[in-house]
Amino acid sequence: MDTTLRITSARAGRAFVAEIEKVSGQKLLACYQCGKCSAGCPMAAHMDILPNQMIRMAQLGMRDQLLAAKSIWMCVSCLTCNSRCPKNIRIAEVIESLRLSVLRTAKRDDHLEIMELSPEARAVLPPIATISAMRKLTS
Amino acid sequence: MGNENKPMKLAYYPGCTLKNHAANFDVSTVSSMAKLDVEVEELERWNCCGTVHALGSDNVMNRVAPITNLVRVKEAQASEFMTGCAMCYNTLKRANIDVKSRADALETINNFLSLENTKYEGDVDVLHLLEYLRDRVGFDNLSKKVTKPLKGLRVACYYGCLLVRPKEVAFDNAENPMVMENLVRALGATPVDFSHKTECCGAYQTVDKPDVIADRTDKIVGSAQGERADLMVVSCPLCAFNLDFRQDDSKRLNPDFQNMPVLYFTQLMVLAFGCDEQALRFDLQHIDPLPALKARGLA
Ligand code: SF4
Ligand code: SF4
Ligand code: SF4
Ligand code: SF4
Repeated sequence: MDTTLRITSARAGRAFVAEIEKVSGQKLLACYQCGKCSAGCPMAAHMDILPNQMIRMAQLGMRDQLLAAKSIWMCVSCLTCNSRCPKNIRIAEVIESLRLSVLRTAKRDDHLEIMELSPEARAVLPPIATISAMRKLTS
Repeated sequence: MGNENKPMKLAYYPGCTLKNHAANFDVSTVSSMAKLDVEVEELERWNCCGTVHALGSDNVMNRVAPITNLVRVKEAQASEFMTGCAMCYNTLKRANIDVKSRADALETINNFLSLENTKYEGDVDVLHLLEYLRDRVGFDNLSKKVTKPLKGLRVACYYGCLLVRPKEVAFDNAENPMVMENLVRALGATPVDFSHKTECCGAYQTVDKPDVIADRTDKIVGSAQGERADLMVVSCPLCAFNLDFRQDDSKRLNPDFQNMPVLYFTQLMVLAFGCDEQALRFDLQHIDPLPALKARGLA
């Protein structure tokens, strides 16, 4: 008997998949899970979900798990994954669109509170560090 | 290249960190370029480029800051300009590429900048200083200006991310760039090959997660130590901060960690060209470079 296994994003997650594909400009289904993105990721040791897993979960529309992941805030857009992906997927763009999905809601759930750092910690930081962090982690 | 009486003029975008924490990068750029008969002219009314290129395809707002700077270049009657900061370079260059291929985004930005007298039309080129030195000055010409060859100095050239990724902005091989090694060789020093030269330092995570950076710095500086480098050179004030100032944290993390000075490549030019010592601004370094330089008879 022939069995056909169809992988589609769950109905509830479909709007989310469409949003991520639009904002990132990437076709998520192109990923064939080779794992190269995760193998070279300098932040992988500090992530709860690896880059290739994030892409898989995005294909499947697993919105809540992805938006709660620590990983999306650990990625620093170093683009190592993008430059090595054999399918030319821009993984960093996908991860940025996940961050935006959190930051663009009415709640504006910022992931950095500069004023909570000690004055000494703030004083040593060059502007290039604080400005880039705020651009990436706050709304 | 210009001759002795008539220096070449080159529009220059320093970026904000070069006006404070990385003033050593700024002053060493200006003085070393003067030795090469290039007069760098800082743009008027430049603004922060925004530091990072926004990756969302619908984000036009974050392009306004970089594009405003390109308008300033046009106002200076220039069609190209140079920056040494790898991060500024990346952000300015990517914004430029982006608006050149998206007429609608460019129109939105120009509408936003309607009070400016100059319209941006994609007609400015963004150059990195290393690219300028290689392609316009030429390392052969540059080596003729060396009065104090950095003989015996073993240098680890660290690129990080922004000079080599993405490929649209890279002016050298993404996995094994050589432009800084070739510069270092022209200055009489010995570049060392090390495994982590294009590995990211962790960037802005340094703001609230210094432990993550301590680990990156341990790996990156450690790999250069493994090749017996005397010091490391960089082109980005954020790399410099992470790799230099976070070494204390690396030492706490790994007691075997060995300190290494981290300089801007322009500071090596200052040394080799025999510029005024004031142009080094070693007071802004965290790990003192003098012992390493003295050990090689260079200070
Ligand atoms: S490198 Fe590309 S194809 Fe491979 S797992 Fe990552 S995203 Fe998928
Ligand atoms: S861009 Fe993000 S996910 Fe990709 S390698 Fe860099 S840190 Fe990892
Ligand atoms: S990237 Fe940094 S140094 Fe460059 S202009 Fe912006 S904040 Fe300043
Ligand atoms: S290594 Fe770090 S600071 Fe340097 S270019 Fe990469 S992310 Fe930036």
